[in-house]
Parts: sequence; C-alpha cells; structure tokens
Amino acid sequence: MAALAWLTAHELGARYRSGEATPTQAVTEYLGRIEALDPRLLAFLTVTREDALRRAAESDARFRAGTPHGPLDGVPIALKDVLCTRGIRTTCGSKILERFVPPYDATVVARLFAAGAILLGKLNMDEFAMGSSTEHSAFFTTRNPWDLARVPGGSSGGASAAVAAGLAALSLGTDTGGSIRQPAAFSGVLGMKPTYGRVSRYGLIAFASSLDQVGPLARDAEDAALLLGAIAGPDPMDSTAIDVPVPDYRATLGQGIEGLRLGVPAEYFIEGVDPEVEQAVRTAIATLEKLGARTVPVSLPHTEYGLAAYYVIAPAEASSNLARYDGVKYGLRVPGARDLIDMYSKTRAAGFGTEVKRRVMLGTYVLSAGYYDAYYGQAQKVRTLVRRDFDEAFAQVDLIVAPTTPGVAFKMGEKEDPIQMYLNDIFTIPVNLAGLPGISIPGGFTQAGLPIGLQLIAPAFDEATLLRAAHAYQTVTDWHTRRPPLDATTTVERTPR
Amino acid sequence: MARLARLDLSAADKERMRSELDGILTYIDKLRALDTRDVEPTSHAVPVTNVMRDDVERPSLPVQDMLANAPDAYREMFRVPKIIEE
Repeated sequence: MAALAWLTAHELGARYRSGEATPTQAVTEYLGRIEALDPRLLAFLTVTREDALRRAAESDARFRAGTPHGPLDGVPIALKDVLCTRGIRTTCGSKILERFVPPYDATVVARLFAAGAILLGKLNMDEFAMGSSTEHSAFFTTRNPWDLARVPGGSSGGASAAVAAGLAALSLGTDTGGSIRQPAAFSGVLGMKPTYGRVSRYGLIAFASSLDQVGPLARDAEDAALLLGAIAGPDPMDSTAIDVPVPDYRATLGQGIEGLRLGVPAEYFIEGVDPEVEQAVRTAIATLEKLGARTVPVSLPHTEYGLAAYYVIAPAEASSNLARYDGVKYGLRVPGARDLIDMYSKTRAAGFGTEVKRRVMLGTYVLSAGYYDAYYGQAQKVRTLVRRDFDEAFAQVDLIVAPTTPGVAFKMGEKEDPIQMYLNDIFTIPVNLAGLPGISIPGGFTQAGLPIGLQLIAPAFDEATLLRAAHAYQTVTDWHTRRPPLDATTTVERTPR
Repeated sequence: MARLARLDLSAADKERMRSELDGILTYIDKLRALDTRDVEPTSHAVPVTNVMRDDVERPSLPVQDMLANAPDAYREMFRVPKIIEE
C-alpha cells in the first residue's frame, strides 16, 4: 500500500469513491508516517490519533452508504496551531498557551469538519506567527524535509514541512507578511494567501488584524482550489469576512492562460536575489509565455519601503492584540506576584519568547505619544503608496509574477540578526499591505536540491485567476510532484526549549 | 517602555532589547524619506464597514467551559491578585 500519502486530495477522493481505498486506510497510513518520520521532521506539536481514527470510521460509513459530504470527505489534514480546535490543545507556538484548550472551533475548522476532512494534528509555528523559520517556536524548530539542517520557512513551517513530507494531504496556515507563501517556497509546496476578507478569521489567534489571513497549503492547484472553496466566504462571526460571491475555483482551473497579461516588476529582480532563484523565475516566466501569457514590464516603486512600513504596522497591532495574555482568563500565570500589574508583567515576561517581546516593545514604542505620527501615521501613508503601486500595475496586467523570496531555505541559526531574518519577506509583505491574494508554487530547484518558489499576485478577490495560472503551469512542469529525500538514517535531536 | 508593555524584563534583556530595537528603528527611519503630505493613510487594504446583525438573543458558551482554561477560578469568577488596598 504505502502510496495513499503521496496522492493529492482530489486523487484520494477519487479512490474513495471508486472503493479502491477507504479514509481509514489513508488515515492509518498517515499516522504511521507521522510516527516514523516526525521524530526527524518535528512538524507536529499535537497528533490527534484517536480523534482522526474516529472521524475516519465515520467517513468510511458515509462512502459505504454512498453519501459522502463532498470532495474533502475523508481527506487527512493538519492545521497550523494558530487555529482554535475545540477540545484540542492550541498553543500558537507559545509557552503562554502551552495548556490552552479552546472551547470552540475556528470557523474554517468547523467548515472543514463539516466537509468531512479528518484532522491528524496541530503543526509547529513561530510563536504567535512571528518569524520566518519556526526557530521562534517556544517548543522546537521544524526541519526542512529537503535538508534537515535547514529551516522549513515560517511562520507556517510545520504546515509546509508536513505537506511536503507526506505527513498531511492538506493544511491551513496563516499569512501576515508571507507566513504561508515563504514556507511553501522553502519546502517545495503550494501556499496561498487569499484576499484580505476572503476567509473568516473567527477562532484564528490574532497577530496583526489588518494583515492576517488564513489560506491553504497543498501539493497542487486543484487541491488548493478545493480547500479554498471549502473555507472561503462570509461569516456572521467575523465582520471582516467580506460578502463577495465565492466562485467554483475548480471549474475554471482548466481554462488555460491564453492572452493573460503578466506583469514583471523590476523591483523584484534586484541585487541580493539569489542568481539561481532569479534564473528559475525567469525560466518559469518563459514557460508561462509558451502557454499563451504575454509579459509586460511593470513598476512597483515603493516595494523597498514595504518592509519598514510592515515593521511599524504589524508590531503596533500585535502589541494591542497580545495585551489579552494577562494570566487572568486563560494561559500561563506566574504565581507570587505583589499585585495585579506585577502578575501581568511577570507572567508576560515568562510566557513570551524573545521575538514576541521584541515586537511587543516595538509596537508599544511606535504607538506611544510623541512617536505615533512619525512612525505609525507615516507607515499607514506608505501603505497607501504601496497599494497604489499595485492599483496602477493592475490597470495594465492581470497577474504579477515574481520570486516568492530572495533566497532559498537557510540553515538553522544562520539568521541571528532580526533584520536579516525580516529581509526574507521583502517580496511577500507588500501583498499583505495591499490586501491582495498571492500564491507561491514550486518553480524549480537549486543545484543543491533546494526548492524555489514562484510567486503570482492578483487583484483583490481574483483568486480564480491565480489558481488557473498555477494549474496551467503545473500541467507542463513537474516540480510539484517531486518528493523530498527523507533519509531514514538521519536523526535530529528534539531539544525542548 | 517595558513597563508600558507590561513586561518584567531583566537588566540584561533590557540592554539587548535596546540595541536590537535601535537597529530596527534605524531601518524603519527610511520611511521618513518619502513625502506623504498629500497621502491619505490606509488602515485596512480592503474597505471594511461595520456589519450589524439583528439583535436577537442566542445562547453563549457555558460559563464552566470558559472558566476551564483559567489559571485561578472561584465559583463563576476569575480570581486575580488584590487590586484595591484595604
């Protein structure tokens, strides 16, 4: 058997419907792989074995009765540990939530359960989604399945590594400044950040509320289309989930890209981009041209200011959102405090890791009286300029194509300096600032065998075109079907922090 | 700043944080190079308006479920260190 775990979700669904395989077989195989391989990969924070087997048996019965819920019924998924799951520990990668068990499901989780998807477990991440490598997880660093000495990217690094290594068919991550697309690029899978407002965030543990968005990680565009279709759309529990019709993404996948206008922004092909990344992206652009797309040079002149604006806006919003971790209603409380304020301060100092403290301090500073206009006010204006750049580009083109990241997966411990770590996200952050949908798909490999991400960006609410272009590219390339060489003899130390 | 952020940092933490934040703020200072006098700020990229629902009573989550994660609960309350002096 041992082949179900490498099938895409849509292939798996076809096997279930034809009776060639059952959800219990697939779930059992996945749980076996997790047991065998995750001690080396360290993608999972929690494995929900009993729950998964119970749901699989229920799904088996639906297929036997000929009444499956739809294309995701019986599909084994795993979720970034930032999404609340009722009765299942949700840590957000933080000591402060190490024992937090949510009393409700996030809307996206409830929708996946209603669609019959089966949860295998919760995945590692940088603490509170602040990071690009999972090295800021309070628990351990997830390894890159293509090279266990390297990071999988972050903050959704557990999600990208699990999908890449065949430990989950699909996953959901969150993307505030690139946290789905960058790990997808580093791990060699597809990752999509939908338009701001496309997907409900009820039950998503907030980081930066004007930027956060939930989105799929998958092995191909068809799976991403299925998953996005299942989670998208308005939600009475989230007023920022906008009431825009959700198209049938799968229906338009095969329409091709003849005549599609592709913008190539000069500012994304600059010094500092790894030559192998640039070469792969240029080759991918030529491939898209062969499929009928027409390239147009465009300019996004404020790209270089995006990162600086982001490091004002995101920490400012985080410093406010993270005020709720006060040792009162849930999470850690440090005993022995003199008074209430002392209890807050000791609890937060003990419960938050260094990167979270750094950003809370930065956010508190840029919002403080006397600095507010110079930093926060100015950053919001620069955000307008970044957004206008995209508006002007999309007056001429249908999609923008660029590298997802300037480089490929780096070694653990290589980026000690915070700014060096932040620079990973220069090509993903502007998309969040402008609220646009973006996707990263496998676009090649370096000589050393590390994945390279190809990024496509669309106007707001045009995820269908992104998926159609990704699908067209994947019909003529095979990067997305390659499997990482997870060496059974390699072991890594699971050193608790 | 640490007091405002309710973070009880050690002296060593404060020193390290000071130098790292200095570096980050120097980087952020590049924003000042842009002339934004006539630019409106953007708080949300996609216009978000208030969505009102009908004011209908509906069940909320059970109190005991909400208290289950509390570090210290008493009856139907969260217990905290003393706030008011006697």
